[in-house]
Amino acid sequence: MFISPFKLRRLGMLGMNCRNRDFIGRYNDRRLYPLVDNKLETKLLAQEYQVATPQLRFVVKEQHEISQIEKSLDKLSGFAIKPAKGSGGKGIWVIIKRDGADFIKSSGAKITLEDIRRHMSNTLAGLYSLGGVSDEVIVEDLIEFDDCFDGFSFEGVPDIRVVVFRGFPVMAMLRLATHASDGKANLHQGAVGVGLDLATGRCLNAVQFGKPVYQHPDTKRSLKEIRVPDWRGLLCLASRCYDMTGLGYIGADLVLDANRGPELLELNARPGLAIQVANGFGLLPRLRHIEKLKEKHYRTAEARVDYVMQEFAAKTLL
Amino acid sequence: MKMQRIPFYAMVLLLIVAGLVTAWLRHTTTEVPFLPGEQKPVWLVEARIDFMATGGQTTVRLDLPDDAPGFRLIREQAASPGYGFAVLDDNQNRRAEWTRRQVAGPQTLYYNAQYLPTGQNSATTDAEAPKVAEVFWDEPEATAARELLRGALSRSTTPASTARELIKLLSPNSPDQNAQLLLVAEPQRSQLLVKLLNQAGVAARTALGLYLEDARRRQSLTSMVELYTEEGWLLINATTGEQGVPENLLLWSRGENAQLDVIGGQNSRLSFSMIKQTVPAMALSQVQFQDNIFSMLGVYSLPIEEQSMFKLLFLLPLGALVVVFMRVIVGLRTAGTFMPILISLAFLQTSLVPGLISFILIVGFGLLLRNYLSYLNLLLVARIATLIVLVIFLISILSLLGYQMGLNAGITVTFFPMIIIAWTIERMSILWEEEGAHEVLIQGGGSLLVAVIAYLLMSLTVVNHLSFNFPELNLIILALILMMGQYTGYKLSELRRFRSMEQFD
Repeated sequence: MFISPFKLRRLGMLGMNCRNRDFIGRYNDRRLYPLVDNKLETKLLAQEYQVATPQLRFVVKEQHEISQIEKSLDKLSGFAIKPAKGSGGKGIWVIIKRDGADFIKSSGAKITLEDIRRHMSNTLAGLYSLGGVSDEVIVEDLIEFDDCFDGFSFEGVPDIRVVVFRGFPVMAMLRLATHASDGKANLHQGAVGVGLDLATGRCLNAVQFGKPVYQHPDTKRSLKEIRVPDWRGLLCLASRCYDMTGLGYIGADLVLDANRGPELLELNARPGLAIQVANGFGLLPRLRHIEKLKEKHYRTAEARVDYVMQEFAAKTLL
Repeated sequence: MKMQRIPFYAMVLLLIVAGLVTAWLRHTTTEVPFLPGEQKPVWLVEARIDFMATGGQTTVRLDLPDDAPGFRLIREQAASPGYGFAVLDDNQNRRAEWTRRQVAGPQTLYYNAQYLPTGQNSATTDAEAPKVAEVFWDEPEATAARELLRGALSRSTTPASTARELIKLLSPNSPDQNAQLLLVAEPQRSQLLVKLLNQAGVAARTALGLYLEDARRRQSLTSMVELYTEEGWLLINATTGEQGVPENLLLWSRGENAQLDVIGGQNSRLSFSMIKQTVPAMALSQVQFQDNIFSMLGVYSLPIEEQSMFKLLFLLPLGALVVVFMRVIVGLRTAGTFMPILISLAFLQTSLVPGLISFILIVGFGLLLRNYLSYLNLLLVARIATLIVLVIFLISILSLLGYQMGLNAGITVTFFPMIIIAWTIERMSILWEEEGAHEVLIQGGGSLLVAVIAYLLMSLTVVNHLSFNFPELNLIILALILMMGQYTGYKLSELRRFRSMEQFD
């Protein structure tokens, strides 16, 4: 029923209180939060720092712009509509292609231009934003998923969550949507969390609902085969998010685009703790290790990534 | 990090000490009891004066106790229809005075006072040693007194022992002939003793005391002797030789003043009745210490309406403590951080079960209505405004229904903060859409659980009493909250959440 707190400490598990006080409270300056809470700001910042991110097409900021939306959409066939201040994937519409005047969503549903207009209007009014503050609509390019994850994700987008502490990637997890999670990548909703070896990007351990799994519950593909390509580049991208935002403790959500490689999807200033369960060990020893390092010795993202790839390499793989 | 902690813990310690010390000072100086419902014994003493008025102007004066050792005057009053009454205080000699222009026939006047036994019984001293009164005897008493004193003085060293020897010699079965002679001349034993002591160079005077016994009527004052020693006035019972003020003796008057003075009346008679009462210590404290600094800093000096507001306000920190504990240590999820406190405050007004029922009903109906509102695709502000209006309607309907069905609880529902309820419904509804009904049950249940725990704590009479009468105890709550704010250990819920980590150990 319960696990003893001494066991948790032995495993180095980071608890909520400790995360909030010792890491988020100490290393994340509140004044920097809007940089990650607003996807548009994150995106503009990423472009400035040359961190790869899905190409921004246009932004809708005012209700009256919605009437002229047709012209802007004309040039695009597939695109994603996102609320800038949304959270948890709420309000994201993914349009994969057109069917005459209509649009086809990733779920296969056919929608009209009028539906898109209404969705944008709702978004601007703050339907999806935290606390209901007025919002902005981002329209960006579709991600073309790298086929290296074929058969590993069901009805949804596989993404890679990297926890970055003071610019050092300290833990990574691949999140695979399942039928149970309804295409969403949230672990508590039933997505499979795959802990990744920081040195190689290979599968360490995988859990669904906190229990170990060895193959994808829907596609039955063995999770052992997972190996994220361009792993070092991906970690470097995550690491650069620290230079970009100045936030000491963040979770970077990355995706792999078939053509453009690793791209930054969004940042999170309060990343969850489930990544520890997926990896099978706690974050605390690594965080304490990084705390002791002198920042000036590791000025570049590459230096930091090389350090963790060597220091935090897993001893055994799944 | 170590360096930051020392001042922090010092501050926490300081808060706790400050809270406890202030509470203790308040308790000792104003005698506010730590526990509610504490009772204290109080003597209600009633002096009754009977006399026959002769028909002209009448003035009655009665000596009142100035500063009775071992007792504290709580309250005094006179019952005497048709008379003007005043308590005069001249030269630290308190007297009651009744006056009436024209009165004839038998009269009865009452004076009653409540005395609280304090148990502090120290000798009273005068600023300067009193003068020894001169004594005159007729022969042959003068010779007898000299003889008696010579005998007593030869066997004593101090004024107290002299008095003791004299009392021995004056005892009824004493064989001493001088004593017999003197007693015949001065049958008042205490008067005689005072005279003899004065002759021996010891300042002495008579005093009148009242022996307190529960439910006694028609008691009279007992004559006693006070003599001045180095430690101050010492009371001696002239008959038994007992020294010091007995616990059950109320020293009514001391010195030579006549205890009862009736001008314009005859056949005056003074008698006492007494009864032992128990009164709430709380009320006693408020009557006694109105001018004390702690009472002035307390909330009693405010109008009753504000007092009842503070009564609720001072309970809030405890609710906050419960919320902090349940969220930080236990890890219970609640809808809105301090929503549970507001709910529990509302429970305090409605009492628990009706409060719970009406809260669940309102939120339940609210969620149904909100479900419909989500089809309308309203803007958020408009949606919540609509909810507020609907919640008010819901509460009115519930109240009316409750009233019709004879349930008064329906009406008290208005104590729920309307806007908070509307927000709760909105958040619960979004939670329902995003995370499903399960999460709504967890968070809603968590909120209600915390609210119920906070309510149960806040409705304890002890807690109510302490938080209202010792608001400084909230400093201790503050210290506890600060300490919990430093807690970085695992929450109880995390021990469950991470239980699957067992396999990796």
